[in-house]
Amino acid sequence: MKLQEYTRSHHNFEECMKCTVCTAFCPVLQANPLYPGPKQAGPDGERLRLKDPYFFNQALKYCLNCKRCEVACPSGVNVADLIQSARIKYDQTPPKFRDTLLASTDMMGTLARPVAPLVNFATGLGVTKTVMDVTLKIDRHRTFPKYAGRSFESWLKRRRKEQAAFPEQVAYYHGCYVNYNNPQLGKDLVKVLNALGVGVQLLEKEKCCGIALITNGMSAKARKNAEHNIGQLRQAIVDKGLKVVTSSSTCTLTIREEYPNLLGVDNAEVRDSMLMATRFIYEKLEKGAQLKFRADYHKKIAYHTPCHLEKLGWGIFSEKLLQMIPGVEFILLDSNCCGIAGTYGFKKENYKVSQAIGEPLFAQIRSVNPDIVACDCETCKWQIEMSTGYTVMNPISILAEALELNEK
Amino acid sequence: MKFDTVIIGGGLAGMVAGITLQKAGQQTAIISTGQNALHFFSGSFESLKEANPRIVELFSEAGVRLHYKPGVWLTPLGKFRESALSLEDVDIFPTPQFGRKALIVNFLGYHDFFSSFLAEGLEKQGMSCRVRFLNLPELEILQQSPSEMRSVQIARTMDKLWEKVVQEVRVLLKDEDTVLLPQVFGLQDPSVPGRVRSSIPARVVFAGTLPPSVPGIRTIILLKQRYQLLGGTYMMGDEVVRAHTHEGVVHSVATKNLDNHYIEANNFILCTGGFFSKGLVSNPFQVYEPIFGLDVSYQEDRNLWYNPSFQEDQPYMHFGVKADENLHAIQDGKALENLYVAGSVLGDTHPEFGTAAGAAIRTALHVADEILQN
Ligand SMILES: Cc1cc2nc3c(=O)[nH]c(=O)nc-3n(C[C@H](O)[C@H](O)[C@H](O)COP(=O)(O)OP(=O)(O)OC[C@H]3O[C@@H](n4cnc5c(N)ncnc54)[C@H](O)[C@@H]3O)c2cc1C
Ligand code: SF4
Ligand code: SF4
Repeated sequence: MKLQEYTRSHHNFEECMKCTVCTAFCPVLQANPLYPGPKQAGPDGERLRLKDPYFFNQALKYCLNCKRCEVACPSGVNVADLIQSARIKYDQTPPKFRDTLLASTDMMGTLARPVAPLVNFATGLGVTKTVMDVTLKIDRHRTFPKYAGRSFESWLKRRRKEQAAFPEQVAYYHGCYVNYNNPQLGKDLVKVLNALGVGVQLLEKEKCCGIALITNGMSAKARKNAEHNIGQLRQAIVDKGLKVVTSSSTCTLTIREEYPNLLGVDNAEVRDSMLMATRFIYEKLEKGAQLKFRADYHKKIAYHTPCHLEKLGWGIFSEKLLQMIPGVEFILLDSNCCGIAGTYGFKKENYKVSQAIGEPLFAQIRSVNPDIVACDCETCKWQIEMSTGYTVMNPISILAEALELNEK
Repeated sequence: MKFDTVIIGGGLAGMVAGITLQKAGQQTAIISTGQNALHFFSGSFESLKEANPRIVELFSEAGVRLHYKPGVWLTPLGKFRESALSLEDVDIFPTPQFGRKALIVNFLGYHDFFSSFLAEGLEKQGMSCRVRFLNLPELEILQQSPSEMRSVQIARTMDKLWEKVVQEVRVLLKDEDTVLLPQVFGLQDPSVPGRVRSSIPARVVFAGTLPPSVPGIRTIILLKQRYQLLGGTYMMGDEVVRAHTHEGVVHSVATKNLDNHYIEANNFILCTGGFFSKGLVSNPFQVYEPIFGLDVSYQEDRNLWYNPSFQEDQPYMHFGVKADENLHAIQDGKALENLYVAGSVLGDTHPEFGTAAGAAIRTALHVADEILQN
């Protein structure tokens, strides 16, 4: 009876019944007429591309890889995977220097961190922004993420002993952003997990998940990172029997889904043991662990589900955790894309589209007027903060802030 | 994660059940693979012959306005069909001869609105028709990608541009008593169709387009917002792949995204839709229900599944999951205590609830009441 299993096409593209539902949910199609849309760029285009690569259309680069088309498709077609695979397979144009820079998150971090105040000062300057705008085509309206003086890795390494003393252990895949730009999020995660009696370890040596490399046309390098990371995860999960937690929805989606589906890197051994920390914490609490919250914590929090978390289907864990904090007035924002999509919105040619896509979300945030916007994605954070002026925090940091700790 | 009731499938049936149960104080979750059949909804609940106040209230509390007026409505292909209850966008006329002269207005480059079929249909009723195309510069940008000049794309523009369309229509209008426009108004703002109507000095009729249906999508958005506002948990884009059942009781379901994190509940409702939504699946040998393997009512002989004449009634459209009179699901001939079935996954096995969208609403309400009573 498994007939269909044997006749399944790659990324399920033959399941498409041309219902056009995906086109109603693509944020780019609403804002950029040059983009052919998910149905045309995905399953329709694939039929042609299979006949002749001549039909590959450069306009596929406008796809945000937000996966909203896949979440909406009633037939289980992996529309965005079809589009990204086509780019990997057929796009021969070498990536621009700017795209290489934007995609090399870990290299940029290593270079920038030791001179962080200088870099932050420089990228914040009007002159620098204008120069980057003109020479690199990085839009001048963008606020560059700040680089932290000391990396998260070095912070945690100095606490290795203290962390090893906890009865239960997890490994943490922190990603580039926590390491170089926002070590505080990593520290918050350690604080919350410690409060649950869980100590946090690093992987021996993690590399950038590679999503920016994939979307910027550097899939060979992305595959190298993927193979390296899977080896590292295997060491923690298979050899040491640990769970691995994460705090970025995009890194998680990339490792769980894009590695096997786009890069052909098998993750079967580690897939089920790598969890967003929100899910890990929720599951601990469900099994009876307890967190004590401050009685004086009162905040109105509007939660934005990042597209990639929506695709993972794990937004409910963040929602439920925030709702658990007694002093929180929780508002779930409507499902919308913020428009930044990683490095996409940084490019000058995408700036306008990116802001137009995000506008319904920004308008709703302004009308809700929360104390804080909560969101599990670092690039959504930049976009929402820049566009609305509201502070955006990862749910983990909100938990950490609301915790009542019996300080020693 | 544990809920009072878990609803599998977030189409019309799932949302009506979810809203009803949340409103009654239950904690529920809806798990839904993708979007649903409301994307193809004409806007008319043909099988609801009365304006059940409970249904009207449920929709109006969500911001979806219905109107009741037994008569006929105009299909996108220019035919007339009986109806009594519909979304406010869709007119219901006492008889097909509802006017004298009609101005049919379409947008240049838009192929999903069948103006000539509509004209033909109205002319059969003795109306004279004039078809005109509007060429709005604001839509030129959409024409660059003609394959994607679709109802929703136009509707997004119309949310801002409807007043301009009204002006243009007023210029075109001569002695017609009726203006036909495509259903592309009020995607975000449900008040727009009413405002278009009141600013054109003729009877304005919104006729259906090819999918996606703009009134259908608006209805989905509003019902989902209402459900979430009542505290319901909507798990979009996830798929129930397996259920754990023991001695006739369903304990939990497993989903594609949550792998080993099972979703538990006291009661479950199966609202996974028909073949289109994969609530029912067929292969060359059988028709089956993929999650629970419930009993399905269908003909064994595959040759009897379909009628070679495309236009005729297709037998497979009537196949559906078996359920007892209170809509408990039936598995291997036995009713499952805490699994209910609602919506088009039932096919035509329970004609007492009506057909199509009407049946989806009525079966969902029935199941919600059953759960609340037990
Ligand atoms: C193309 C089309 C046009 C129609 N037009 C009309 C019309 O104009 N008027 C009318 O009265 N009726 C119409 N109908 C009939 C339609 O069946 C009903 O109107 C009604 O909308 C059905 O609602 P439902 O909730 O039962 O199913 P659906 O709306 O089909 O919803 C089922 C949902 O369940 C999800 N699902 C399926 N399997 C799983 C799983 N394993 N896990 C999680 N989720 C799952 C699906 O993705 C889908 O979102 C139409 C049907 C179709 C297919
Ligand atoms: S939603 Fe899915 S089935 Fe429908 S057109 Fe898009 S890819 Fe095809
Ligand atoms: S991934 Fe996002 S941007 Fe790309 S086609 Fe799908 S919905 Fe559109």
